[in-house]
Amino acid sequence: MNITQLTLTETIEALKRKEFPEEDLNKAYLERIKDLNPKLNAYLEIVESKKGIPAAIKDVISTRGIKTTASSKILENYIPPYNGTVINKLLEQGASIIGKTNHDEFAMGSSNENSAYGVVKNPWNISKVPGGSSGGSAAAVAADLCVFALGSDTGGSIRQPASLCGVVGFKPTYGTVSRYGLIAMASSLDQIGPMTKSVEDAALVMEWISGPDGYDANMSSEKFKVKNEKLQSGIRGLKIGVPSEYFEEGLDPKVKQVIQDAIKKLEELGAEIVEVSLPHSQYAVAVYYILMSSEVSSNLARFDGIRYGKGRDQFGAEAKRRIMLGTYSLSSGYWDDYYAQAAKVRTLVKQDFEKAYQKVDVIIGPVSPTVAWDFGAKLDDPLAMYLSDIYTIPANLTGIPGISLPCGFVDDLPVGLHILGKFGDDMTVLQTAYAYEQATDWRKEKPKL
Amino acid sequence: MSLSRNQVKHVAKLANLPLTPQEEEKYSEQLSKILDYIDQLNSVDTSGVEPTFNVSGQENMMSEDKLGDCTISQEDTLSNTPKEERGFFVTKGVFEG
Repeated sequence: MNITQLTLTETIEALKRKEFPEEDLNKAYLERIKDLNPKLNAYLEIVESKKGIPAAIKDVISTRGIKTTASSKILENYIPPYNGTVINKLLEQGASIIGKTNHDEFAMGSSNENSAYGVVKNPWNISKVPGGSSGGSAAAVAADLCVFALGSDTGGSIRQPASLCGVVGFKPTYGTVSRYGLIAMASSLDQIGPMTKSVEDAALVMEWISGPDGYDANMSSEKFKVKNEKLQSGIRGLKIGVPSEYFEEGLDPKVKQVIQDAIKKLEELGAEIVEVSLPHSQYAVAVYYILMSSEVSSNLARFDGIRYGKGRDQFGAEAKRRIMLGTYSLSSGYWDDYYAQAAKVRTLVKQDFEKAYQKVDVIIGPVSPTVAWDFGAKLDDPLAMYLSDIYTIPANLTGIPGISLPCGFVDDLPVGLHILGKFGDDMTVLQTAYAYEQATDWRKEKPKL
Repeated sequence: MSLSRNQVKHVAKLANLPLTPQEEEKYSEQLSKILDYIDQLNSVDTSGVEPTFNVSGQENMMSEDKLGDCTISQEDTLSNTPKEERGFFVTKGVFEG
């Protein structure tokens, strides 16, 4: 048996059956990390754990006594004196931290090229980007360098790298998982979520990490519970919306074909496919870049080099760009034109989804307009990079849950299927994803390393 | 919408962000291009539309006025500061004198 290929649920079962001790489990992963991390650069920090179920944590989530850099020079030596809530919850469930994963600095980017500690390589083809910002977590799951990982998603940072690396990435409904201990980027959009080898694993990790802690004022009072009978109940009669706007110009025709095949598969499984319209989606990227950067300029004001970290000259280029854009849009004379107008268009984007969800249970489409691209391809054109998040951003603006799961390949690179749910209905998203995953073999494909 | 070099300097000052002359030049060009893209928002009719600042529906979350288990000791609090003195953070002076 290859220990590192097991999913989280399989690992738990194997441990229960005493097929191997936790020490061997940790050893197997650590050996693989030592072997492959020099090639992939997925981990920034490796913890020599001997016990527990090895989890990889995005380096933007605070871990007591373990360096947490946010992939930035400004926090090069920062050692948090406390754990984020999600870390405490994972430890309580018997998980252990095997390492901290690389990502775009302060979770800002779509390719991992904004990390101050070098790029993460895509395990499927090391000349390609892994996506971002949670690229290290996605690569670590894809290359079997951890049992599961945590990422954070502000505009697609869990789902887009999951799509580009061929793993499952789930962004829960806003307010389901506490952000206490997450180094904040844009607080009205940020959510922590699981990146896993299967949909069932994502559901289990969600059950572990969700629920109010009293330290995140935007939490809903209910804890997410996996209802196995619902997860496995199939999708017969489920109404699935397909937004025409997500299949227009800009979507790679080969990716489009893969997504259309997936839609056909869902139809075969008994779902009813309904066309829906999200006319304001075309404005989502513009809305996002104003609101996100405004919140960034406020959240990153705390980095003053007094209580922790280095001076503000140590921010990387993208962090500086967003601080500048946000400060400008909030500055006197421009607030009405930019921030206030963007917040109003956000309402229209939200109303589009509310209207669509009167007719359907979930909405599906692509996660990323293309498969993983070459390093450097979009680096000099921030706007082109921003547009790669066009399908993922609306879920953050509206707070709804969304998942990316493997649904095929284009030019030997993975394609992710995007399933979006109603606000608070994370379960139906997982149920749809589970039905598709069980009916296909995509998740069994592994990169050759 | 173009952002002049002087506007970039002004915004950088507001953000307390030290920029090199090369960065000022670069951000003037890049931010102008991004703002051009964002200008499409002004073509959307938002009359009578309320803004959305938060999607959780929560407001004024209260907590009891007592110590929680997230309290961090003074020693831990100071553990990452580059400069401390007698158990305090050292900051720049606020008043000229």
